[in-house]
Amino acid sequence: MAIRGNWMYENNGGTCVAIAGADYCVIAADTRLSVGYSIYTRDYSKICKLADKCVMASSGFQGDLKALQKNLAAKHLIYQHQHNKQMSCPAMAQLLSNTLYYKRFFPYYTFNILGGLDSDGKGCVFTYDAVGSYERVGYSAHGTGAGLIIPVLDNQLKSPSPLLLPAKDAVTPLSEMEAVDLVKDVFASATERDIYTGDKVEILVINASGIRQELMELRKD
Amino acid sequence: MKLDLSGLQSFPSIPGSAVDDLGEDLFAAPSFQLPACSDFDGFQKDAIQMVKPAKGTTTLAFIFKEGVIVAADSRASMGGYISSQSVKKIIEINPYMLGTMAGGAADCQFWHRNLGIKCRLHELANKRRISVTGASKLLANILYSYRGMGLSVGTMIAGWDEKGPGLYYVDSEGGRLKGTRFSVGSGSPYAYGVLDSGYRFDMTVEEAAELARRAIYHATFRDGASGGVASVYHVGPDGWKKLSGDDVGELHYKYYPVAPTPVEQEMTDAPAA
Repeated sequence: MAIRGNWMYENNGGTCVAIAGADYCVIAADTRLSVGYSIYTRDYSKICKLADKCVMASSGFQGDLKALQKNLAAKHLIYQHQHNKQMSCPAMAQLLSNTLYYKRFFPYYTFNILGGLDSDGKGCVFTYDAVGSYERVGYSAHGTGAGLIIPVLDNQLKSPSPLLLPAKDAVTPLSEMEAVDLVKDVFASATERDIYTGDKVEILVINASGIRQELMELRKD
Repeated sequence: MKLDLSGLQSFPSIPGSAVDDLGEDLFAAPSFQLPACSDFDGFQKDAIQMVKPAKGTTTLAFIFKEGVIVAADSRASMGGYISSQSVKKIIEINPYMLGTMAGGAADCQFWHRNLGIKCRLHELANKRRISVTGASKLLANILYSYRGMGLSVGTMIAGWDEKGPGLYYVDSEGGRLKGTRFSVGSGSPYAYGVLDSGYRFDMTVEEAAELARRAIYHATFRDGASGGVASVYHVGPDGWKKLSGDDVGELHYKYYPVAPTPVEQEMTDAPAA
């Protein structure tokens, strides 16, 4: 993108993905941070744990992401002090939407995905645009590699729209292991064709027993 | 013009005297953060182009004998990319009032949620439901105060109040129009064609719903930025009810079924040698 005298944003590249299942949620993001054609670091986490059952991954401008994560963590802390409990994932989802919209005229250049378990223990994924419009979905991907990943997820996971009436059942058919394997596969494929995606992928799995983390190596070229 | 900042209140119970350095940023008077640059309009134009927020696209509503029909598609696009095929563009403000989303998805979602809060506060303060006129005026005043800052909202407020069915069109330029038939969005010219030619005041609810469904289908057929699921709602004296949600791909084959072509010469398998 053109660099102007006082242009305040830059795109650090990277991709993030999330899949919601019947009783689990998988969230993953690569760990490469780039500016233009340079790689600044191969070891940068784009994932942030906001609450016990709520994790956020984002791609875009990592400076804005750090500020956004700190903002949300502070608001969550206040919530915990006032309500004596952790925020649920749907509540955090609306908080994130409002936080993003409060900067409507000076946006956070972050494309976020929120993943976790809702109050019934079912997996949920919320996908956002940069200014706060959000929707609960079964799976999502954002970032420079999203265009390569979403068609594969559509092919494997697409389910009847929740807007259909009479409603059709829409449970992701995959088990937790299958979903993690799918995520590893799509990242490996995206790494082949997207220069900004690679190095490592950090995969978090949220289920009833807590949050499990895995790191998988990707191509470093 | 004083901006409406009520959307930024977070309603926490702040012990007013305990504001120290730590809390200053969080508890300071709410205001939208603005960039410190010389060319605000240029910045907004560039930022919105970079960020490419999701936009939504064909909605319609009309008043007829039995109330109001509201219909919309469900596609959201970010630039040329379809970011979602399952966006809720008909927003349920309260059990007897609906709002539609066209333009910026985040703008519509945020300000409709804010409108719902204001309507509820009105009910609590005045012990009666707010009228459609009042609700649309609240929204129009908010949007007018942000006029010129780049919000993109084209919405219709539809409801049933003491005066009967009500329908208003409100947009981010500050316009507010009362009317009986509206369609908003990039697919609206196509929807108007079908809606205007088929409209009669005395239709049954089923006929009106079918007209709305067809209008949305035709808009999704010709407009690339519309698609997904065509939802149809009806607002009657007892409030709104969702009548149908149909995938427009399936509607296509329902309206234009594939006729089996007669085969002139049947091909038979060659006998195995």
